[in-house]
Amino acid sequence: MNELLLGLADDELIIGWRDSEWTGIAPMLEEDVAFSSIAQNEIGHARAVYELLSDDADALAFDREPSEYLCAPLVQLHLLDWGHTIARRWLYEVADEIRITALMDELPLAAKINREEAYHRMHAEMWRERLADTPQFRAAVDELWPYALGVLPPEQRDALASRVERAEVEAVERGTNDDAFTALHEEMTMVRRSAPAGAQW
Amino acid sequence: MIWEVFRQDRKGQPFEHGGSVEAPDAEFAEAWAREQYGRRGESVALWLVPRGAVHVVDEWADEFDLKYRRVDGYSIKARLKEARERAAAGPR
Repeated sequence: MNELLLGLADDELIIGWRDSEWTGIAPMLEEDVAFSSIAQNEIGHARAVYELLSDDADALAFDREPSEYLCAPLVQLHLLDWGHTIARRWLYEVADEIRITALMDELPLAAKINREEAYHRMHAEMWRERLADTPQFRAAVDELWPYALGVLPPEQRDALASRVERAEVEAVERGTNDDAFTALHEEMTMVRRSAPAGAQW
Repeated sequence: MIWEVFRQDRKGQPFEHGGSVEAPDAEFAEAWAREQYGRRGESVALWLVPRGAVHVVDEWADEFDLKYRRVDGYSIKARLKEARERAAAGPR
């Protein structure tokens, strides 16, 4: 259970960081505000779950070695175009819904997170509808699909496949953090590592 | 397409114009307005109105000095001043 929750929290933290990379450069001003706000929500969900697991959420978020993070490779990818970014948001939200609703009976926090995710899903779905017929978006979904499967444990993958109307393929599994993740981790923990001893936030 | 955003602070309060969002349809307008006018809990409800649907009235005829119809009535400041000057000048 703890490993599953830590993976979930790490997913939320890292997708929040990756999506924050669009702040200031999203395709239109309104979307810039919305996308940044959603990214912050995801980081907020990560914090709430870290707090369940530990008395020191910051330590859990920032003081581990890159190899100790359990996030799925999907959220680690450094995506440089909007089509891929929206394809990831959409695939991630569908997968996240399956995972979070399965937890709701035993974890009240999951229901709370799910209520906020409803707006994220609305946002992702409206973008998907708009981009669905473009070759760029279709290619991005094809490319990211094996990664999306890796967000969920094997027993939840057929639910994801039927939701997005695709056939299951071999998933890109957790535990394969690469150099791009190390670079992100370096950036993400920079301020914390440079803080003078005893600094209070 | 520009959508005018009206927001309500609390239930029962009047909706007030908050600003606008540019969005291609109502769905995008909702998503963006939620983030820009509600993410800090500052609104309990929003009205999103396409700018083209707003019927604007901004021309008024006021050709005959109809100030007496208004609740603030005549301004007597100028007349008072004249009267005081007359009084100061003494009886004629």
